Amino acid sequence: MFSAYIIHLLILIGIFLILAISLNLSIGYTGLLNLAHIAFFGIGAYTSALLTLAGVPWLISFLLAGVMAALCSFILIFVTKKLKGDYLAITTLGFAFVTYSIFLNWTDLTRGPLGIPGIPKPRIFGLAFLSNQAYLILVVIIAVIIYLILNRLVSSRYGRVLEGVRDNEIGLSVLGKNVFKLKYQSMMIAAFCAGLAGSLYAHYITYIDPSTFYLDDLILVITIVIVGGLASLRGTALATFIILLVPEALRFVALPSSILGPTRRIIYALILILILLYKPRGIDGKVDLE
Amino acid sequence: MLEVKNIYKSFGGVKALDGCDFVIRENEITAMIGPNGAGKTTLFDIISGLLPADSGQIFLAGKEITNLRPDEIANAGVSRTFQQVRLFKNLTILDHLLMAQDNQDVKMLANLINGNHIDKEKYKVYIASFGIEKKLETKVSDLSYGQRKLLNMAIAFLKLHKILLLDEPVAGVNKVLQKQIENLLLKFKEEKKTILIIEHDIEFVRKLADRVIVLDQGKVIADGAPNQVLKLPHVLEAYLGE
Repeated sequence: MFSAYIIHLLILIGIFLILAISLNLSIGYTGLLNLAHIAFFGIGAYTSALLTLAGVPWLISFLLAGVMAALCSFILIFVTKKLKGDYLAITTLGFAFVTYSIFLNWTDLTRGPLGIPGIPKPRIFGLAFLSNQAYLILVVIIAVIIYLILNRLVSSRYGRVLEGVRDNEIGLSVLGKNVFKLKYQSMMIAAFCAGLAGSLYAHYITYIDPSTFYLDDLILVITIVIVGGLASLRGTALATFIILLVPEALRFVALPSSILGPTRRIIYALILILILLYKPRGIDGKVDLE
Repeated sequence: MLEVKNIYKSFGGVKALDGCDFVIRENEITAMIGPNGAGKTTLFDIISGLLPADSGQIFLAGKEITNLRPDEIANAGVSRTFQQVRLFKNLTILDHLLMAQDNQDVKMLANLINGNHIDKEKYKVYIASFGIEKKLETKVSDLSYGQRKLLNMAIAFLKLHKILLLDEPVAGVNKVLQKQIENLLLKFKEEKKTILIIEHDIEFVRKLADRVIVLDQGKVIADGAPNQVLKLPHVLEAYLGE
């Protein structure tokens, strides 16, 4: 029998797996250096939490969380459509900061730093996912479905065209492909998945506040994508396990809690440096990190 | 087939195209020559939508395509190559051919539901006709410069088109490959393809082109049969400095 601790870790791994593979779709496959992913995660979490607290059924809230995140990503990609590379990265990071500020300051809606407590557990057609074991099954089912859909998409001719956007936008456009349309589709799919992951997170923890959707978690997801390798869902899935489990070993070392957090960040930084130095393509990356 | 009417383009204070005006007829190979900086590649970029024209109009088979998006112009029937090949370095030869073949690949849901059904044999024969003796699964980054140049032409020809724009197809290639590309283009000449080609090699132009347009300082200074145009004193002065 799994202990409660292992189940908790597996639920988080499932949620972060959805977040990381969808980020790899926009960064690894499409070449969009999108640092706003954590904002879409937060938008999904807040949308789902607020809707269910207002009485909307979980399943609808869950889907609307994805839709809301996807719509926000469309606005972002529309505003930044002429930007590439570092410029896109800085602008999308700015979007993440702005979203964080909204979560923090729109207190009438989000309760600001106090956060939203009492988010209900999911209930689908009368079936409640109250225990963590049940929640794990729900998360695994959703993560596997999303993995299979994204894997089919990136393995298809559509996936090759997305890679064309990454490798050579001009070359792709003279072959008759609308590059902007491909970019916003990729970004919206990724954001939709991030929104779903946000909903799963909110209804698992049952409490959200802005601090969850900020730099620490953004760095964590990007670390997973880089360690797993660009344009590899399999590598990303494996890296999600590694990156979330390795720092857990610290729990068994008698460190004060004030040191535990920074040590975690140091471990992520070390893993990133080692990967960049000795295995720049990560575990299973198909393209170089540029 | 392609009508370029009074196109102007400046970069800051520099006039790249200064009222450029000509017509490309169907089933002919037209060579565009001119000294460096004459505006040839700028004109190609404007025709294919990569640069906007300051003024003027471009028509393809009677339909205006001025300042449309590059993908709209490509789908209207303008296919092109670049002097510096623009391929997708992490993709395979087959991926390139499939992308050029049609636009089924941009239909996300159809690809998600139907998956891939590819007749590889057809593509093997096709690339062999361009002299590419490599497996379809070979990544572009593993091809030599010459093979990339050939693949670039192969995908431009495969893309459904009314006119093909070739930007210096034999620039920077060895004699053997140059001959190979020459033979390919002569074959397309026999097949009555409509091609506009930028080329510096005058002997190559004489052999290949039905017609020559000479561009100098963004203007057309001569237009006609190669044997007549290449004798004109002002062409020799502008192009060859004689």
